[in-house]
Amino acid sequence: MIRIALKMLFGDRGKYLMLISGITFATLLMAQGMSLFCGLMSWTFSTMRNVRVPIWVADPQVEQCNDNKPMRDTDTTRVRSVDGVAWAVPFFQNLSMARMQDGTSKMITLIGLDNNTLIGAPTKIIAGRLEDLRMPNTVIIDDFGVQRFSESRDHLIGVGDVFEINDREARIVAICETHRSFTGGPYVFTTYDRAVQYAPGQRKMLSFVLAAPQEGVSAEELARRIAAQTGLAAFTHSEFAWSTIMWYIRNTGIPINVGTIVIIGFIIGAVISGQTFYSFVLENTRHFAALRAMGASSGELTAMLLAQAFLVGFIGYGTGLGFVSVLGINLLKLGKVPFLLLWQIPAVVGIAVMVIVAISAVIGIARIVRLEPAIVFR
Amino acid sequence: MGTSLGIRVQAVNKSFGRGEARTAVLKQTTFSAETGRLTMLVGPSGCGKTTLLSIIAGTLHADDGEIEVLGQRLDQMKSNAVAKFRAKNLGFIFQQFNLIPTLTAAENVSVPLVIQGHPYRYAEKKARDALAWVDLADHANFRPAKMSGGQLQRVAIARALVHDPQVILCDEPTSSLDSENGQQVMELLRKAAAQRDRMVLVVTHDNRTYRFADRMAEMEDGRILRVLDTQEEIRMHHPLGE
Repeated sequence: MIRIALKMLFGDRGKYLMLISGITFATLLMAQGMSLFCGLMSWTFSTMRNVRVPIWVADPQVEQCNDNKPMRDTDTTRVRSVDGVAWAVPFFQNLSMARMQDGTSKMITLIGLDNNTLIGAPTKIIAGRLEDLRMPNTVIIDDFGVQRFSESRDHLIGVGDVFEINDREARIVAICETHRSFTGGPYVFTTYDRAVQYAPGQRKMLSFVLAAPQEGVSAEELARRIAAQTGLAAFTHSEFAWSTIMWYIRNTGIPINVGTIVIIGFIIGAVISGQTFYSFVLENTRHFAALRAMGASSGELTAMLLAQAFLVGFIGYGTGLGFVSVLGINLLKLGKVPFLLLWQIPAVVGIAVMVIVAISAVIGIARIVRLEPAIVFR
Repeated sequence: MGTSLGIRVQAVNKSFGRGEARTAVLKQTTFSAETGRLTMLVGPSGCGKTTLLSIIAGTLHADDGEIEVLGQRLDQMKSNAVAKFRAKNLGFIFQQFNLIPTLTAAENVSVPLVIQGHPYRYAEKKARDALAWVDLADHANFRPAKMSGGQLQRVAIARALVHDPQVILCDEPTSSLDSENGQQVMELLRKAAAQRDRMVLVVTHDNRTYRFADRMAEMEDGRILRVLDTQEEIRMHHPLGE
């Protein structure tokens, strides 16, 4: 009976393609929306992804990693004094302006790393040397910075080139790969002392203290100890990342905007598929009634409708996910759009599509199960 | 060829609608038909022929009365059991053919066997044999849209016979056909009725086909008015097939 059901479906090419289009479009909208949302959320804690350390210590009012409530320099030594700390180093982060030699300015995220250890330095250097950061007036810029700083030049900026941050010379000694920042500016890495010099002067300059636990002490335990003993906020990497994400979810319109896209995708999919499938069932009512008159049971007719609906669902879902993947790959190549297709997204969208398909099938089944087979004699 | 009682309908009532709009279509209707014969149920439009056929087929529930087909009381069976009974024992020929347009003739004919759970390959082979029996072997791979009305009804006959049912129920099988095709279809039905212990019940008001009947029940206003038991009686009461 399933084979007959599928032949009935494939034979009505217009409705078959319409059903697949509806599911494809719904999948595309939902998966694309969710991937953009995850991409955006991953951008919110890019600094933490670029500077991977076990513990972040901040002012108690800080809730997310892009928040800058400077602490006293002595807070670094206070953290070091907590039992179980393997090391603790100062960390600077600020939004600054970089001025190119042609006079154009670009916004940057300026990162200051511990002068001695360079803890938190980028791990992927694609040109130049990290060690050269110890030379005077030197910085490392990311590959996005290369594009951004080269916009008004006839050739790409590179190692050895010079620009200014707050009227102070910044000479590029290396190019690195980073995760893109939420604010859209490239990352510029330098030492802590030099970053403090580059940035406009304030009474307090220390953004965070980065720390690590000694062997045998968990990051969670050490974070609790630091918070308890210093009165500062201390987070593990994962706690701070989630705190950052939740802050953006609570305080920005991103979830509502993206959620709207996802809900619209679901509704469009459900409406197009439900309506088209119901119309398919309506047009085939006499044939289903004839099958019933010839002895097909309600269970067999239900199985036929489920097979038709779920086949369309699987094909539409696969096609939609294919489109999203191709779109995502191309967006990632452009590098300017947040896009993160986590494995959970196809799973969630798959469940949503199956719900759409089930709704469509149930509408059809409700009609067919109540069908009076005697209509074939009318 | 011997005959035995294939269908027995006893004091059946059937009404449609509710309250003041309620209309009685069958009124204490009693009817029977034997195997080995082609029985016609005739009468004017709206007299209840199709309703009675639907009740005999088990596709419509009677309000009360007894319905027995091949010794089974359909009125006492659950709907799934009736469906199984229909699948095994009944073949249908509908006025509007009711062939599935996206299936080929062979696939349409194989449907009753597929419903019974036979493998597709077997069902399709038997379907091709059935199509050959109605002289449409060369149309096995045609879809309904490519066939004439007469050919479509022959495909429907093949579908009704493919699973070798004992009872063939036909609802106005010639009303969509011209005279020539109508005659061909009736000849096939008569040929089918002549086989073994099969019975064919034809509901019709097409008097051109009356000469093919072995037995005729005349119906009016929800009741069987008269039963003509032999071809002579039929010819006597309907001399010009009227």
